[in-house]
Amino acid sequence: MIRFDQVHKRYASGRQALAGLSFDVAAGEMAFLTGPSGAGKSTILKLIALIERPSRGQVFVADRNTAAVGRPHIPQFRRQMGVVFQDHKLLQDRPVLDNVALPLIVAGVPRREIEKRVRAALDQVGLLGKERNRPLELSAGEQQRVGIARAVVAKPPLLIADEPTGNLDPGLALEIMRLFKRFNDVGVTVVIATHDLHLIDAVGARRIRLADGQLAA
Amino acid sequence: MSSKLAAYGERHAQVLFGALGRIAQQPFSTAMIVGVIGIALALPLYLGLLIQNARQASGSWTEALDLTVYLDTNIPEAGARALADQIKTRDDIAAVKLVTADEALQEFRDKSGFGPALDVLKENPLPNVIVVTPTLAASAADGAQGLQRALTGISGVANVQLDTAWVKRFHAMLDVLHRLTVMAAAILVTGVVLVVGNTIRLDILNRRNEIEVMKLVGGTDGFARRPFLYSGALYGLGGGVLALCLVALAERLLNGPLQHLTSLYGSSFRLSGLGLSLGFATVAGSAVLGWLGSWIAATRHIRGIEPT
Repeated sequence: MIRFDQVHKRYASGRQALAGLSFDVAAGEMAFLTGPSGAGKSTILKLIALIERPSRGQVFVADRNTAAVGRPHIPQFRRQMGVVFQDHKLLQDRPVLDNVALPLIVAGVPRREIEKRVRAALDQVGLLGKERNRPLELSAGEQQRVGIARAVVAKPPLLIADEPTGNLDPGLALEIMRLFKRFNDVGVTVVIATHDLHLIDAVGARRIRLADGQLAA
Repeated sequence: MSSKLAAYGERHAQVLFGALGRIAQQPFSTAMIVGVIGIALALPLYLGLLIQNARQASGSWTEALDLTVYLDTNIPEAGARALADQIKTRDDIAAVKLVTADEALQEFRDKSGFGPALDVLKENPLPNVIVVTPTLAASAADGAQGLQRALTGISGVANVQLDTAWVKRFHAMLDVLHRLTVMAAAILVTGVVLVVGNTIRLDILNRRNEIEVMKLVGGTDGFARRPFLYSGALYGLGGGVLALCLVALAERLLNGPLQHLTSLYGSSFRLSGLGLSLGFATVAGSAVLGWLGSWIAATRHIRGIEPT
């Protein structure tokens, strides 16, 4: 599903984030990216979502070289993945329903179907009945689950998450990780950047260790 | 296919209501921009109406045009009378009036104040004059000039004067004013596009996060731009309606005094308004301007917003 081939990434600021990184994540696999801050975890996710482009090397997503995805095709490219952020990136002035529906709306799904699928996604993350609430009326854990519902509502084959438990207490964090595990159980490829090592053990999945933009020895 | 089309229409309706909702949430800034557009468009409309009405009014003056036919001084009064009768038989003549040399001299004596000086003259230097009023059909500029040529050709006629110079000057002035109006309209229309564009630009910056999130979940630039296009078109629509209201108000305020003024001149002038089609064109055009302004701003600025 994901293949990094000798990927270098140097930001405009001069910071070298990745230095010749190569790894694979198979379709249906669940993998954690770990390592100290600045090891390149976030950069990897940004390269997968085409938020950034590699300076050198190649990134393949779903057997497709991302270098061949031009700007006009980025929206379509991003629709094959769900992205979860540490800060949720929810629209605070919109109800939960609208937030979760956004990927379906941009893809042109008919309204009738949208509500059905939003409800299904909210049911999966245990937030059924909160459709009309604003994100700020929800707890931190609930907000993160809204973010996850938004990431999975369009049933993408790939789910990527950047520190999804960073702001949560351990109990909630474990709950969120189990949620990801459940999506992986039904065939979704999941890649999560985290520094919560004990959570990885609790969920039990492959771990990709990074240090200084390379695989750690 | 039809369900896709329905979804498309549904989405547009949703975006339209979303734009309306946001506009309603910011009544002050909305009123400001609508006011700016309305005033900017009302100005050229005022000028245009002024010209239109001046043309109509001066048109009726042209219709009342007279030609002054000066006869050779050696034509006696009887000959002048015969010539007047001869001219009167033409079908493009509504009326003729003979002003004899004696009458003319008498009138000149009475009005000029040169009475005693004129006594010095041994004989009357003035010719007999026939004042010719052409028919309505013959009084258009070309017809009047044709008639002028025809009358000049009659033997015994020294000169035919067509008093259109001042009408021509007036029309030339109106042409200058018209050109100015077109220029002012072009400038103000550009201003409307820029003002809407700037408002939309600020609107986009305020909603930067939202646009980033849209792009993250696979929204195209076009999708992110759509609500701004609706906002811009709605601003324009509101401004166009306001411009019409301002014009209607001006008509109301001016019509009474104008009727009074023209009645003092014995004329029954009626102020003519914009009319349905120009009114509709103003509103529709204004909406298009708003749309254009927001399209330019949104296309440019949304492209620059990328998730980080």
